[in-house]
Amino acid sequence: MIRTLAGGVAVLATLAVSAAAQAADPADWSAVLDEARGQTVYWNAWGGSNTVNDYIAWVGQEVQDRYGVTVEHVKLSDTAEAVSRVVAERAAGKDAGGAVDLIWINGENFAAMKEQGLLFGPWAEQVPNWQFVDPAENAAVTADFTIPTDGLEAPWGMAQIVFYHDTARVAEPPRSMPALLEWASANPGRFAFPQPPDFVGSTFLKQALLELAPDPAVLGRPVDEAAYAAATAPLWTFLDALTPNLWRGGQAYPQNGPRLLQLMADGEIDIALSFDPNEASNAIANGELQDSVRTYVLDGGTIGNASFVAIPYNANAAAGAMVVADFLMSPEAQARKQDPAVWGSGTILSMARLSAEDRALFDGIELGVATLSPAELGASLPEPHPSWMVRLEQDWIARFGVSE
Amino acid sequence: MGLGGMREASLQRTGPLAPWRIRLLPWAPALTMAAMLGPVLAGLLGTLAPALGYMPALGGTGVGTAVFADLLAWPGLARAATLSAVVGLGATALSLAIVVLIVAGWSGTRTFAAVERALSPLLSVPHAAAAFGLAFLIAPSGWIARALSPWATGWEQPPDLLIVQDPAGLSLILGLVSKEVPFLMLMTLAAMTQARPAQSLTTARALGYARVNGWFKTVFPAVYRQIRLPVYAVLAYSMSVVDVAIILGPNTPPPLSVQVVKWMNDPDLALRFRAAAGALLQLGLVAAGLGLWRTLEVAAAFAGCRWTLRGGRGNRVAEAGLRLAALALAGVSALAVFAGLAGLLVWSFAGLWQFPDLLPQDLSLRNWDRHGPRLAAPVAETLLIGGLSTAIALLLTISCLEAEHRHGLRPGSRSLWLLYLPLIVPQVAFLAGFQTFALLSGLDGGRVPVVLAHVVFVLPYVFLSLSEPWRAWDVRQDTVARALGAGPDRVLWTVRLPMLLRPLLTAAAVGFAVSVGQYLPTLLVGAGRVRTLTTEAVALASGGDRRVIGVYALMQALAALAPYLLAIFLPRLLWRNRTGLRDG
Repeated sequence: MIRTLAGGVAVLATLAVSAAAQAADPADWSAVLDEARGQTVYWNAWGGSNTVNDYIAWVGQEVQDRYGVTVEHVKLSDTAEAVSRVVAERAAGKDAGGAVDLIWINGENFAAMKEQGLLFGPWAEQVPNWQFVDPAENAAVTADFTIPTDGLEAPWGMAQIVFYHDTARVAEPPRSMPALLEWASANPGRFAFPQPPDFVGSTFLKQALLELAPDPAVLGRPVDEAAYAAATAPLWTFLDALTPNLWRGGQAYPQNGPRLLQLMADGEIDIALSFDPNEASNAIANGELQDSVRTYVLDGGTIGNASFVAIPYNANAAAGAMVVADFLMSPEAQARKQDPAVWGSGTILSMARLSAEDRALFDGIELGVATLSPAELGASLPEPHPSWMVRLEQDWIARFGVSE
Repeated sequence: MGLGGMREASLQRTGPLAPWRIRLLPWAPALTMAAMLGPVLAGLLGTLAPALGYMPALGGTGVGTAVFADLLAWPGLARAATLSAVVGLGATALSLAIVVLIVAGWSGTRTFAAVERALSPLLSVPHAAAAFGLAFLIAPSGWIARALSPWATGWEQPPDLLIVQDPAGLSLILGLVSKEVPFLMLMTLAAMTQARPAQSLTTARALGYARVNGWFKTVFPAVYRQIRLPVYAVLAYSMSVVDVAIILGPNTPPPLSVQVVKWMNDPDLALRFRAAAGALLQLGLVAAGLGLWRTLEVAAAFAGCRWTLRGGRGNRVAEAGLRLAALALAGVSALAVFAGLAGLLVWSFAGLWQFPDLLPQDLSLRNWDRHGPRLAAPVAETLLIGGLSTAIALLLTISCLEAEHRHGLRPGSRSLWLLYLPLIVPQVAFLAGFQTFALLSGLDGGRVPVVLAHVVFVLPYVFLSLSEPWRAWDVRQDTVARALGAGPDRVLWTVRLPMLLRPLLTAAAVGFAVSVGQYLPTLLVGAGRVRTLTTEAVALASGGDRRVIGVYALMQALAALAPYLLAIFLPRLLWRNRTGLRDG
């Protein structure tokens, strides 16, 4: 029974591939615009942030007015839901007319989809607004966790790890991992990170690894056993000492980054971290966080990366999706996104490539009360190769994630 | 036999009037079973294939046991599985104990009437909303701690206590009990009308048995036989719950069902195989749990018989304690749901609300202004899907029951089991596979397949709530109407359905509430494109902002509560001149 069915799946899959092959060609942009008009783009993006949801709603309105493209925000509680969707569609041989048109994606999810050949393209480096992006100036826009994007996804924002603390309770926060450990030992239960493999939690592990590894250079290459053991030994020593002094003694973890905001507002923790340098300012402005909270970074710098949008290989509205992605890279959309009153996420555009008029859009932005200036934020550290993250997560789960 | 003959005769009489109906109606039970079981079986097959290593889309082409070996090698497996079992058995035993003690100790009293009144609102609160409310109530920075701080506790900042998400799963059990007690109570009340306990109880009390003691010896065996399947459904649900467990359950490791969902959602696509094997293990775990429960039933029956034969009349003082304890437990669990919901209501109007303030610094309409306009579309979608799936379920249920009435197609106890299958098979075990099948058949990504998927879960509840009152209907009404010249269709439309308005509406309300609460089926079958209040609520809740959660949870509860209110007040309005019909 199963074998017959599976055979059917395979046949369907081969039949449908030819149908999917003919899609919009980004080199002929006016044809893309024509095809996009009237299309509905189902944009699968994490829906757990009010700020982001409001921004996506604005994007939808703009591309509707400008290009006649309708955007439906499919709010995910986890990006992998959209990846699962595409996998299920391929399993069933639905190689055209898929349900997902655009995914907010990066890191492991991108690496997995790229490896499995589940992405449409290359397209990202041929759309008009790519001219304002300069990979030579900002390598993160073409290397997603060190994996070359190869034009399969377009960047739409920069993120960097920042820490935030309640100045009413902690005057001078610890600015390195050893200092954090020392502080946590003196103040048990007042620091938390989300449970890996949540990406903020995993990034905390990588941040600690970058700082503690004897030779950080090995992290840029695919993981190998000998290098792994040597590089991670200090990390495990650090975590063994830190874990009992975490919130709830490390017996329970917050599920994700935004949960830390709630814990901070509830007064359950004094120091937290975020992948959005503007998150604390936003939360303060929205009455979700006390205004005594401020942001800081570690002395050795913190990990940063870019967020991307990608189009599945079987998207129903690939043309519309490219139009939306192109709009996301426009100076106007980028400037609005960087405005802390809207979202406050860093731009992926190169200021040197913008016209004076467009640059003025960015110069006029005022920083939020708890947002660091670019100079204070400093240059971001590169992500390790994704294979490190996979190994770190596995080992962290075995050591701390299932031990009660 | 005489009755059968009469039925046959009446069947022939209706022949010329509606020939198509005679041919169609006998098929209703089969059609109903297909609508419910087809998706479950197809889904199980779709899970079995990757569990054995077969999933060509991800490069799995061999068949073997390697995936199970990988699953067994996962370090947290034993704890995760134990947790599922302990939480499921614990929550079920506690819920059942509370319900039967309340019914035994309080039925017929004014207190009991109050318990019955609290049922509908309790049933309509979605599980996840109740869990969020409870979490805010009992957390170290929660409402109870705020009310007592700092004047009584001395806490200027919340203590670092592991209450929510405790490793033993106690807060998870509490959360489940608070929602399962109302469900089991509803089912027990329905069973009581059949068991007709008044006479046995009077006799028992005349013989000197204390209230609870007499109830357990004379009424409980008959009642338990009636509610056995609902109890199994509660056990299966509690063992494999996902949403409540994410909010209240431990996470180092989580219960098995939660871990399976995590694997399904992992960026590493190879873990999809392990997820499928884990889903099958979850299914086996539920089967083992049911087997254990059945063994306990047999043991309890044996012990119960000996206990009854000993003829003890019961200790009235101990009984008073038991009665009060049961009432207190039920009261606490009901209060927890209501207070939690009240907490979310306050949060939906809150700005900054810090520990240890009992109320927010400022209250405003800001959150409702922000999210209100975006509620319209999901509310409409929720109502439409809930309405359609409930209507289909009602139609199938009434057809089955009417076929049973006219053609004597009474389902045996075995088919009743089948009816419960969608409630007993864990959702994680068949929904992912079902999604693949929906895709294969081209039935996917729209409102229609979502409605059909909802029917799978709505139908059992509608059938269970409607079948007893339907069968309890006095058949002499039928005889009288037929003697006056009405055909069976006319009897159905003008006598039976109007007389059963109250139970019909109640069944519809139960079904509608079930539809409103569906998350995974809506998400997977709807391709994320069908957005209901629940899918929006879960996505927004992933950010953990209690203000948003408050807005959406209240809307969800309201959507589920409205039909219950209709079921209570519509019959009173329509039958204001028919006293006997007002309460069904």
